[in-house]
Amino acid sequence: MLTLGIETSCDETGIALYHGERGLLAHALHSQVAMHAEYGGVVPELASRDHIRRIVPLIRETVKMAACELSDVDAIAYTQGPGLAGALLVGASVAAALAYALNIPTLGVHHLEGHLLSPLLEENPPAFTFIALLVSGGHTQLMEVGGVGRYALLGETLDDAAGEAFDKTAKLLGLGYPGGPALSKLAEQGTPGRFKLPRPMINSGDLNFSFSGLKTAVLTLARKHAPDEASRADIARAFQEAIVEVLTVKALAAVQQTGHRRLVVAGGVGANRQLRAQLSGAAQRQGIDVYYPKLEFCTDNGAMIAFAGAQRLRHLNTQDRRFNVRARWELNQLEAV
Amino acid sequence: MNILALDTSTEYCFLALRLDGKTLVRDVLAGQRHSELLLPLLDDMLAEAGMRLTDLGGIAFGNGPGSFTGLRIACGVAQGLALGAGLPVAGVSTLLALAEGCGGERAVACLDARMGEVYHAAYEKRGGEWQTVSEPGLYAPGSVPSLDGGGWVACGSGFAQHGEELLERYAGQVARVDADLLPRAEFIARLAAPVFAAGRGADAAEALPLYIRDKVALKTSERI
Repeated sequence: MLTLGIETSCDETGIALYHGERGLLAHALHSQVAMHAEYGGVVPELASRDHIRRIVPLIRETVKMAACELSDVDAIAYTQGPGLAGALLVGASVAAALAYALNIPTLGVHHLEGHLLSPLLEENPPAFTFIALLVSGGHTQLMEVGGVGRYALLGETLDDAAGEAFDKTAKLLGLGYPGGPALSKLAEQGTPGRFKLPRPMINSGDLNFSFSGLKTAVLTLARKHAPDEASRADIARAFQEAIVEVLTVKALAAVQQTGHRRLVVAGGVGANRQLRAQLSGAAQRQGIDVYYPKLEFCTDNGAMIAFAGAQRLRHLNTQDRRFNVRARWELNQLEAV
Repeated sequence: MNILALDTSTEYCFLALRLDGKTLVRDVLAGQRHSELLLPLLDDMLAEAGMRLTDLGGIAFGNGPGSFTGLRIACGVAQGLALGAGLPVAGVSTLLALAEGCGGERAVACLDARMGEVYHAAYEKRGGEWQTVSEPGLYAPGSVPSLDGGGWVACGSGFAQHGEELLERYAGQVARVDADLLPRAEFIARLAAPVFAAGRGADAAEALPLYIRDKVALKTSERI
């Protein structure tokens, strides 16, 4: 069974081919980050305009890399939501029409399910049940994953997502957009311990997060000490340490509370080196196994959509050729497999 | 040659299947449900004709101007169908589609572009073919390009929204106003037929919308 995956929910066009027995055959990605950088953030209309320019060439490239033909594809999985409605519609339109032309079924995939299941693409995948820390520019959630479609929300951010906090703080420090990765890089040059920022909600007793207050704390520090480079690096360091510590403490608390010994980290912030180092170290001391997707599958990609689609073959839609998107869509509305 | 045409640039979902001797059409007031209607209507129309996609010679779509999202639905569907069935594509201007449908030989087409502006173009039929007199552009109704002579058919939603101002601009030059005229798929199919017949259809990847309004956000460097 060969599944074509199409991801267009935000600012990356991702295409992949996943085979039920042979695994991931090929994947291709076009990132719009450079285009949106000039605007200081993602411009939804421009994102949609770029997806429709890239999608057909990327599908062809992926099929070529996989050394197969379009006619070999058995099903098409596309990101149905959540995300930018206009951007999602590009993927949905092409997916539905291509599937109609090839006379094969389609499947609308939940973007976050793609992220949650992405560590299963690795060679030593975690067994169910596991705890997932989903950290990206749009989400910060702790989930209990009992199987495909069996997701229980344990906690989430009450305001900014972790990645959003990185980007906004980077902006405050004059690092441009998207500043998250630049901020992490700057933090590596910073002196640990020179500044101490609060660890929001670390003792809240639940598994929720709050990151918006950190911005204000950073702003206060930046006003007091700017603009020398060393201070900026030290502030970046303090900020990253605060976020990483909160994420680490809460993720491990989720593992302890539920009794599962496996932790999966997914989403763009999961690529953060300090987070990986601290989480892995702490987990090891507590006898917990941590699983990460490949760096390239932390951010949005087509592989996770093809894979998630391939796990839901009995939900394939063979008859109904209508398509639509769901800009807002809760994970707990998914059916279990 | 059998041709499929789609247009979702307005609140209608328009499809046409142009066959030798007749054209099947589907016109549905879609609101924002184009994505739910388009492929089932196509399937139904092909079934009525007893045809498959591969019996077609090409897929045409209204490539704009119009609703940005609507343009991408028709374009994405045209891309997907063409890619899967190995067919050529032709994007046809919605303004030219209005000209084709207006029943005259001289057409000034205006579509409401919101934000107090109109998409505008003018065409004249010479030797049985439409020639572009004024290229598609985005204008305030009071500053649309001037036209020579008279006998112009004024068509499209721009004349419903900004009729008074536009007709003042073309005082004495307009023979007839058809503000309710829409860029129907049968007009698009008719315009695309010679394109496909001449082998000038495009590859699926080249089927793209023509938005006209390209300034949709300010760069950081452009903000005050």
